[in-house]
Amino acid sequence: MGVSTEQWQHFAHDADMGVRGVGRTVAAAFEQAALALVAVIADPATVRGQVRVMMQCAAPDLEYLLVEWLNTIVYEMGVRNLIFGRFRVHIDGSRLTAEAWGEAVDPVRHQPAAEVKGATLTALSVALGPDGLWRAACVVDV
Amino acid sequence: MDLGRFEQIGPCAWRVAPTGAMRVPAVIFADAALIGAMDDKVFQQLTNVATLPGIVRAAYAMPDAHWGYGFPIGGVAAFDAGAGGVVSAGGVGFDISCGVRTMLSGLRLADVMAVQHKLADDLARTIPAGVGSTGRLRLDAPTTDAMLAGGARWAVGEGYGDADDLTRIEDGGCVADARPDQVSDRAKRRQRDEMGTLGSGNHYLEVQAITEVFDSATATAFGLRQGEVVVTIHCGSRGLGHQIGAEFLRDMAVAAPGHGIHLPDRELACAPIDSDLGRRYLGAMRAAINCALANRQILTHLTRKVFRHHLPEARLDLLYDVSHNTLRAETHVVDGVSRALHVHRKGATRALGPGHPDLPERLRATGQPVLIGGSMGTASYVLVGTADGEAKAFGSACHGAGRALSRHAATRQFQGRAVAEALARLGTLVRSPSWRGIAEEAPGAYKDVSAVVLAAERAGLARRVARLAPLISVKG
Repeated sequence: MGVSTEQWQHFAHDADMGVRGVGRTVAAAFEQAALALVAVIADPATVRGQVRVMMQCAAPDLEYLLVEWLNTIVYEMGVRNLIFGRFRVHIDGSRLTAEAWGEAVDPVRHQPAAEVKGATLTALSVALGPDGLWRAACVVDV
Repeated sequence: MDLGRFEQIGPCAWRVAPTGAMRVPAVIFADAALIGAMDDKVFQQLTNVATLPGIVRAAYAMPDAHWGYGFPIGGVAAFDAGAGGVVSAGGVGFDISCGVRTMLSGLRLADVMAVQHKLADDLARTIPAGVGSTGRLRLDAPTTDAMLAGGARWAVGEGYGDADDLTRIEDGGCVADARPDQVSDRAKRRQRDEMGTLGSGNHYLEVQAITEVFDSATATAFGLRQGEVVVTIHCGSRGLGHQIGAEFLRDMAVAAPGHGIHLPDRELACAPIDSDLGRRYLGAMRAAINCALANRQILTHLTRKVFRHHLPEARLDLLYDVSHNTLRAETHVVDGVSRALHVHRKGATRALGPGHPDLPERLRATGQPVLIGGSMGTASYVLVGTADGEAKAFGSACHGAGRALSRHAATRQFQGRAVAEALARLGTLVRSPSWRGIAEEAPGAYKDVSAVVLAAERAGLARRVARLAPLISVKG
């Protein structure tokens, strides 16, 4: 069985955490980066999709758009006291619209380790690799 | 990090001469072992900071420096508006005014140990901590603005603590020139349910025993006696500060070319002090400092209620409250000339020496308490600012141990339940809603805080006064 092309990864940073999403499209890479962000807090597989939230953001280029996207997720989870476990992203030029599914934070079941304070510009990159896959990455402040 | 690139200029001080675009030298205060263990990114980030417009004297790194974003954590840099100096959101960090507050209980160790388990459980129930926790306070819009303008003074006015507390907080508990109108609606919205919450990650509330005194005269003046117990809170401006940091980081990065600023790293995003964006950031950032001071004041009130129930004789008077993620307008003498500077301290503690006019009257003879957090299994320290520190790094010292392992590496190496059980056997009760959180914050994930404070002392930044060991650690 082949490895799925869509995946998320963490990469090391001294005090914080690097998040990376990989996908066939920019939107898919952003969806995976969002899962990587959630995984800093808790295992996305433990999150039930009970609530749907619509989000949108815009930025001058794709890299700033990734930062805006991750910060929008941090904001929405913070003010709604939710954790998301699934995302669907649509990107049209410099605008992003998305749906996210999640539920209220359950400390016992989710075992949330740490809040994400925000997405930084460190190790920020959105690029198409020679393998034909998009990678969207940056360090998030924990 | 390779020591070969440095010139040793003191027992724990190393200098990199300016080259290329660097406007000033870079200076690291640490011993050879600490520098050797630092990531090479610290060198890169510190020398990048040295290229920023209007930087004065040097870009400094404290003994606990580690890889941050833009500025290293443990970075100090001062800028002169008259020389085109800048303010940087990345030079303060997302957790604006994250800081430490220590309270003197007047209790003996045995008093606390007699109720240790009940006290730990009750503190964990009372102090909102962890992801998704909310405070009992809900702020409407006018009240939020009053809190952002008034800081801990506002909190005391609302019945959280005593007026006497304000004399033991930086700036009397309220930073002037805060501009609540420059704080976005989103930032205010994030704070609506988060007043009086501890947060998560490395934030904590600890009950600590004073296990060693290094400077008995200063310890006595501070009210620190070996064998007694103190309570320390480490947290910051919560969601409001995080949102302000994120918004201005983006705005400064986008606007930098328009300000004629070349950034070697986008994360150094900054704006001229004398620009609309720079002034807006200063107003919002000061409001976030007031938010952090109010938050720690509310947590103090909650802590006192718990102690009153279990140990009615406890006092919980403030020793001091000091922030370690700040940007302050300060006056410093540089090459014999008094200059108005904007000093960034990102993961660095202000450390004022004896006689400094900004110190409250009661601390003027001794110098400022410098509160250094450790990990939940190791020590914390109280240091005191030195007269020398003013000249060395604008009156700054370290802020904690600094991580030795990334969070990812820590979770591979440690199991939260095992860490908590091991600490309990050593006499420290850990209370947290998250086993994974405990694993990420395991004592073994941090550097040796004792080596860090010793280096700070040898460098002349601050002097050790007392060592504190955790008895109870409430974590997010």
